[in-house]
Amino acid sequence: MAKMNMLHAINSALDITMAEHPQACIFGEDVGYFGGVFRATSGLQEKYGKHRVFNTPLTEQGILGFANGLAAFGAPALAEIQFADYIFPAFDQIVNESAKFRYRSGNEFNVGNLTIRTPYGGGIAGGLYHSQSPEAYFAHTPGLKLVVPRNPYQAKGLLRACIKDDNPVIFFEPKRLYRASTGEVPEGDYTIEIGKAEVVKEGKDVTVLAWGAQMEIIEQAAAKAEEAGISCEIIDLRSILPWDAETIAKSVTKTGRLVISHEAPITNGFGAEIAATIQKECFLHLESPIERVCGLDTPYPLALEKEYVPDALKVFAAIKKSVEF
Amino acid sequence: MTNPNNISLNISHALEFIDGHALNIPTLKILSEDGDILDGATAPDLDKETALRIYSTMRFIRLLDERMQAAQRQGRISFYMQCLGEEAAITASAAALKQEDMIMAQYREQAALHYRGFSLEQFMNQLFSNEKDLGKGRQMPVHYGSNELHYLTISSPLGTQIPQATGYAYGQKLKHIDAQSGELSSEIDNVTICYFGEGAASEGDFHAGLNMAAVHKAPVLFFARNNGYAISTPADEQFKGDGIASRGVGYGIKTIRVDGADTLAVYAATQKAREIAVTTGEPVLIESIAYRLGAHSTSDDPSGYRTKDEEAEFKSNCPVARFKAWLLKQGWLNEEEDEVQKDKIREEILAALKVAEKIQKPALEELVSDVYDTPIPALQKQYEELKEHIKQHPDAYPITAGRIK
Repeated sequence: MAKMNMLHAINSALDITMAEHPQACIFGEDVGYFGGVFRATSGLQEKYGKHRVFNTPLTEQGILGFANGLAAFGAPALAEIQFADYIFPAFDQIVNESAKFRYRSGNEFNVGNLTIRTPYGGGIAGGLYHSQSPEAYFAHTPGLKLVVPRNPYQAKGLLRACIKDDNPVIFFEPKRLYRASTGEVPEGDYTIEIGKAEVVKEGKDVTVLAWGAQMEIIEQAAAKAEEAGISCEIIDLRSILPWDAETIAKSVTKTGRLVISHEAPITNGFGAEIAATIQKECFLHLESPIERVCGLDTPYPLALEKEYVPDALKVFAAIKKSVEF
Repeated sequence: MTNPNNISLNISHALEFIDGHALNIPTLKILSEDGDILDGATAPDLDKETALRIYSTMRFIRLLDERMQAAQRQGRISFYMQCLGEEAAITASAAALKQEDMIMAQYREQAALHYRGFSLEQFMNQLFSNEKDLGKGRQMPVHYGSNELHYLTISSPLGTQIPQATGYAYGQKLKHIDAQSGELSSEIDNVTICYFGEGAASEGDFHAGLNMAAVHKAPVLFFARNNGYAISTPADEQFKGDGIASRGVGYGIKTIRVDGADTLAVYAATQKAREIAVTTGEPVLIESIAYRLGAHSTSDDPSGYRTKDEEAEFKSNCPVARFKAWLLKQGWLNEEEDEVQKDKIREEILAALKVAEKIQKPALEELVSDVYDTPIPALQKQYEELKEHIKQHPDAYPITAGRIK
């Protein structure tokens, strides 16, 4: 074990992959010698050469088109989109191509070797175009997998699982935590299963659910709730597609209450899907309406970011509301 | 002098702009309309066997297109797209490749697939989306694909195959990395050919794909089929400047323009382009100038946007007839035998059509297979619920009800 921040953990997962496959390639904007704007790919070009770790022209559409072709050839394609806000020019290549390659060809061809990494989320004073959480757009697309880690240990194990998974996966990296979150991470290889939520802390009064950077927020809120005598069960969803409805339903059956929090706007956010499924699965066990604490239905703001984001106080207020209903 | 902009500066003191139409790229033509080698032109090295295979492919596709266009009109299939007018461009370019080279087509290149060995039965199974279709009945007619024949399954969104071809070709090149030094070999085994129309060249994917191929040196042959129309939009409402070829030059890609109705010119150009790609690892752009003689698809009616006179002019320049004339002059083809063959193929097509339309549709499980490598839990649950529903109402779902396990 070694103490790593999330960038080191991601770098380590990529390093293992590059060593393992002679044709694995890392590419994206500025990922070469510079190591990417956040330095997640630092040192890898020196180690594996310019043919395998390289800067692309500024074309997200091109990066994903290229990645689909490379993955269809059979090489592990590790594409980086510099900010999740800039993934939309690649939307067609992801939604119409990556996601449907296997299905439309009757499995004559697939892009299971594709992994897309992209920093997402707010909290860095990034404004509209450096703060978005676009996971719900992709969660509506059969054929993709979506994964979001909450800390360095999770990041390395989940990223390795994404790379090994035989389906195209988008790995959303909470950029606010890149350096802020540190912890013990094995230096060798390990994986964490995709599609499984993790019960981070057991509790009995209310289930509080989030993913990625929002995990830190709900943990703070739960700590406040504990002080007020409310016992919270904290769950990290980890994988948005496929998502672990079973673990959530089991928890809500026990606690009778659910609070969901995510940074993206509330309307049609992924929290809506969870709420709909859980009310069906747990209807007779629910003691109060499912609460959602999310971003407003506005573009992500700059000056009033603190007011906009679902912070610990807002989540705590929702927990109280749920328990006192 | 070179600067960080990667441009060799040629300093001038005169305030002059280069005209947007300044490039005027020549068009390679080898064969006359009467089937003679033109003065000053050199015929490519094309043996009799290959020449006849090219011809029989073009003839087959013409007959298949004719029959299936009619089948669509009869309501037997939902949709069809013909190769009419572009048979030479597509077949001759495919013939100049190696069997293991990758083909990434747009949608109208069935002749290339047949040249590779896709059988009449396979065409029919896809067109009728029956349970023998390699694509498991999921896509509209003419969306063919075959892993065995190195022909990527067609995708409807336009131009998406262009950057994909760059990535695939880059993979073909990476196969030759020296494990010790990490250096790339100077020669490679295989290339990727990427077909697209002049309309697709307006998509962002075209820019992305060509730019990335040029910058990262991917051995891909971009084959632009400039056939005059993108559905109903004529080429002069699609782009300015000197065709699609001038764009290749702009990206720093070796480029050639050929007469797309001239089998020998297309074959020669593609053969040479392939040689360049395997020896340098770099992309090449070929622009084929042809004319889409048929409708864009069975949903289109060209009489609404082009004149009978225009069509007649191009009909007289039939690429198949031109090549046939050369073969006859070579003494490699016999007119009577050709007619006998045509009748035989027509009969075979009709017989295969009748067989394929009676083969049952794919089983219900194909609705949920291949979305992922294995169905995810939510999908598995939806499938079980659907099966239960169909079991309870078998009359409403006659195609699948009786076959549910």
